[in-house]
Amino acid sequence: MSQATLRINKISGHAGPVPGEDTQRQDLVCKLIDTTTCIGCKACEVACVEWNDMPFSPTVFDNTYQTMPETRWNYWNLILFNEHVREDGTLQWLMRKNGCMHCAEPGCLEACPSDGAIVQYTNGVVDFQQDHCIGCGYCIAGCPFDIPKMNTVTKRVYKCTLCTDRVSEGLEPACIKSCPTGCLHFGTKDDMKDLANARAKQLQEHYGFANAGVYDPPGVGGTGVIYVLHDVTKPEIYGGLPSNPSIPLSVKLWKHPLKWLGNLAIVGGLVGLFVHYLKFGPKPHEEEDITKTKDAA
Amino acid sequence: MSQPEHPDQILPHGRVLRYTFKERLNHWVAALSYIYLMLTGLAFWTPSLFWLTALFGGGPLSRMVHPWVGLIFTVAVCVMYVFWHHQMGFEEVDKQWWNSLQYYITNQDEKMPPAGRYNAGQKLLFWTFLFGGFLLLLSGVVLWFTESIPWSWRYLRYMAVLVHPIVALITIGNFMIHVYMGVFAERGAFGSVIRGDVSLAFAKRYHPGWYKEIVGSTEPTK
Repeated sequence: MSQATLRINKISGHAGPVPGEDTQRQDLVCKLIDTTTCIGCKACEVACVEWNDMPFSPTVFDNTYQTMPETRWNYWNLILFNEHVREDGTLQWLMRKNGCMHCAEPGCLEACPSDGAIVQYTNGVVDFQQDHCIGCGYCIAGCPFDIPKMNTVTKRVYKCTLCTDRVSEGLEPACIKSCPTGCLHFGTKDDMKDLANARAKQLQEHYGFANAGVYDPPGVGGTGVIYVLHDVTKPEIYGGLPSNPSIPLSVKLWKHPLKWLGNLAIVGGLVGLFVHYLKFGPKPHEEEDITKTKDAA
Repeated sequence: MSQPEHPDQILPHGRVLRYTFKERLNHWVAALSYIYLMLTGLAFWTPSLFWLTALFGGGPLSRMVHPWVGLIFTVAVCVMYVFWHHQMGFEEVDKQWWNSLQYYITNQDEKMPPAGRYNAGQKLLFWTFLFGGFLLLLSGVVLWFTESIPWSWRYLRYMAVLVHPIVALITIGNFMIHVYMGVFAERGAFGSVIRGDVSLAFAKRYHPGWYKEIVGSTEPTK
């Protein structure tokens, strides 16, 4: 267990303040994925299953350069392959390394009912603690990126940890270490944003990608994984990357106004019934009525 | 004097059978399963009550058993429908009953219109649990197998996470009033769902229409 588990910023399903909140400050960490230099080699996929000690699972070949249809509970990092037809009819191969985005405002953590099953460290990494997971799947409803995946046998949910065990010891995530083209970078959020913006500018000015830009969606408060895209105005073409992701409205309503209204109603109802009993008491006892009935008879 | 419609319900010593053994048994299957569902559900609902899972073997076990108990509750509600639905139709007297609710709340039952075997509040409870149970089942199945729902159908999940707690809260409100009435307010009501019988006085006071059916007249026959 690394020291990082002690430095917690947000905690799921937790009543009251976060223990140790604001006692330490850390730089936000960030993974930068430059889709324009990814060659789809899958080295990062292999490094991920290797480091995280997950066996390679059977896959489905669907005539594309994609390892399997989607990420799995034991396959957290998948390069999505998309053949995009441009307006002029030419083809463009898009490779996007898909995995947890490590949102600043994580929908999974928001939805999770179990105390401490999902935490966000002060460095921004969102991590699932499977020993506290109850297997309800609410995180799956809360995530705008379709990332948490359940092991249906053990009923525990898994996703990319951003190699928090490596990062807390000063190493970069395994995927970063394995990347042969240098399309993956790791550092502080500020540094990665600078690097991403510089690359986007280069793409705009020297490579003819007028819409090149950085994907760091504000709807989830920014993410701990950011992309450089050839066309940031159309993130959907990269295997359905949402253009403006946010925590689903129903999850927000459920976890905020509804929760407080509901709790108020339950407590109000209990108090109301108790006060009613004090003021009016039980209805007259049946024996009193029997007497009256006899009198009437 | 009209003939009693259900003279077989009259028991010795001024008692009358209100609930048969089967009705009582089914009531308690529903009640105990509902209490389990409510307590584990409240644990998943708010962090302040997550500790309730400790009473039921911890979070994972509570989550695993909750849907199965939900199925038991569903069956019990269906059986209730078979037993009682023909007695639960809203009638003219029920409208008057709602209009006189203030007298019921303030224990002035003599001013209430003559309720039948079930008063309008009990009928509302019945239909709330029937339709509520149906909605809880539908949304509950979505939440039970939430990981199997494909991404393109995710709006099912978004609906379920709202429908399930809203309907649950409505049933909890009904449940609290039901328990309060049955255990604390109407003396004799709790016994009726344990031993099955109530006094004739209880029947006459709270369910005059039913009383009339039993004895054949609003006046006692003895």
